[in-house]
Amino acid sequence: MPSARSWRAYPQTYRLEASRCSGCQKTFFPPRQVCNACSGREFETFRMGYGGTVVTHTVIRTPGDQFQGEAPFAVGIIAMDDGPKMTTQIVDVPLEEIRIGMKVKLEFRRMYAEGHDGVIEYGHKAVPLRE
Amino acid sequence: MSVGIVGYGAHLPRRRIKVEEIAKVWGADAPSYKKGLELLQKSVPALDEDTITLSVEAVRNALTRAGGIDPADIGALYIGSESHPYAVKPSGTIVAEAIGAVPSCHTADFEFACKAGSEAMFVAYGLVKAGLVKYAVGIGGDTSQGAPGDALEYSAAAGSAAFIMGDDPDKMLATVDETYAFMTDTPDFWRREHQFYPSHGGRFTGEPAYFRTTLGAVNGLLEKANLKPEDFRWAVFHQPNGKFPARVAKMAGFTEEQYDVGRLVPLLGNTYSGASPLGLTAILDVAQPGDRIFMCSYGSGAGSDAFVYTVQDRIREVQNLAPKTRWMLEENTIQVEYGEYAKMRRKIRLAGE
Ligand SMILES: [Zn+2]
Repeated sequence: MPSARSWRAYPQTYRLEASRCSGCQKTFFPPRQVCNACSGREFETFRMGYGGTVVTHTVIRTPGDQFQGEAPFAVGIIAMDDGPKMTTQIVDVPLEEIRIGMKVKLEFRRMYAEGHDGVIEYGHKAVPLRE
Repeated sequence: MSVGIVGYGAHLPRRRIKVEEIAKVWGADAPSYKKGLELLQKSVPALDEDTITLSVEAVRNALTRAGGIDPADIGALYIGSESHPYAVKPSGTIVAEAIGAVPSCHTADFEFACKAGSEAMFVAYGLVKAGLVKYAVGIGGDTSQGAPGDALEYSAAAGSAAFIMGDDPDKMLATVDETYAFMTDTPDFWRREHQFYPSHGGRFTGEPAYFRTTLGAVNGLLEKANLKPEDFRWAVFHQPNGKFPARVAKMAGFTEEQYDVGRLVPLLGNTYSGASPLGLTAILDVAQPGDRIFMCSYGSGAGSDAFVYTVQDRIREVQNLAPKTRWMLEENTIQVEYGEYAKMRRKIRLAGE
């Protein structure tokens, strides 16, 4: 069944909406209620850009049911150019070519589908930045 | 007041498969496909790419070139495709949500074989011209499938193109000067409900369908606009293979110099609803202010939508703001073999599926 939790998260998963603490300017993704740096409670919402850098990554060889047929694939922590870090798959690149410090761009992708008759969940994955 | 394109963008999957790679699996003769259809390779979407994901990326590129318009001012968004991921549930809602056009936005998914994308563009243009919305987005995108071993398998490809229509003179990239539609009931290609792959009328798809319909639209539009083929710098036609657009262009009086830039199919394959719209993006990537562009789609069933555009001064400022179509087509690519391709297109079912 479609979950209310993933539906409520569409502003983050679809549009990369993050928050910036009005007190100390620290950025959060996903947004938080209380700033962990200055304990501020006022935030402004902003939409992150799509650029980032690989901080670390690992290769998943035995995935859960939802990712059947996709393994092996890479999951990494991406430091976004706009501040926050996020965890997501790194795709469209041979696994052995993924490097710490590699520049990436987030693209809109299918994250998983619930079987053949369930809802399709969309979000963002990282691809190598090529220009 | 002139209405036209104020933002445009394309997106292609990175993976490509060569005609030889498909032919060797079926014991077919690759040189005859390459020569007969003028196809060298086609794009292949990854498991996590579909019409919606390709279209979101295409619209984002269009927004970048539209120079800071507020997505909330997009009053309508239409996607034409014959591979909407859901049978019931619109693609447009997800794309509109992803770009921030919700909730004040009219959305519908269009279908008409390969001309669904130009329909979306036509309706988006019409709504802006009627003054009902400030901006409207028309998208043509597909991740089309051919049955393994069928002739369609060599060409069925994936890609999406998006156009933001508006009437803001400061943002205008190309005005829409004239439009024309030509349509008859012609059963050249179809897919019945619950069938995974489409059927086609073989040779019937050529003469009475593609050529008659395309030429009907071309001649109708030229007459309506009081223009001749030589009045255009560029022309783009629906491109199910390399041969058809070249032949129809010559029959209509256009030259290779006019159609070559927009004819992406030898390296891309047939992107169905995305085909002539993607060709238009490749033309806009290199066009100069003052250039006149002729566009004609074709959708089996059968109909063609034709447009006359005139490129405006601002085009120069935006061409490099987002990835160019020829760069995505020719340089940003990954070659795959048949095994990976079959997995990507779910031509093999996994145990337990
Ligand atoms: Zn703070």
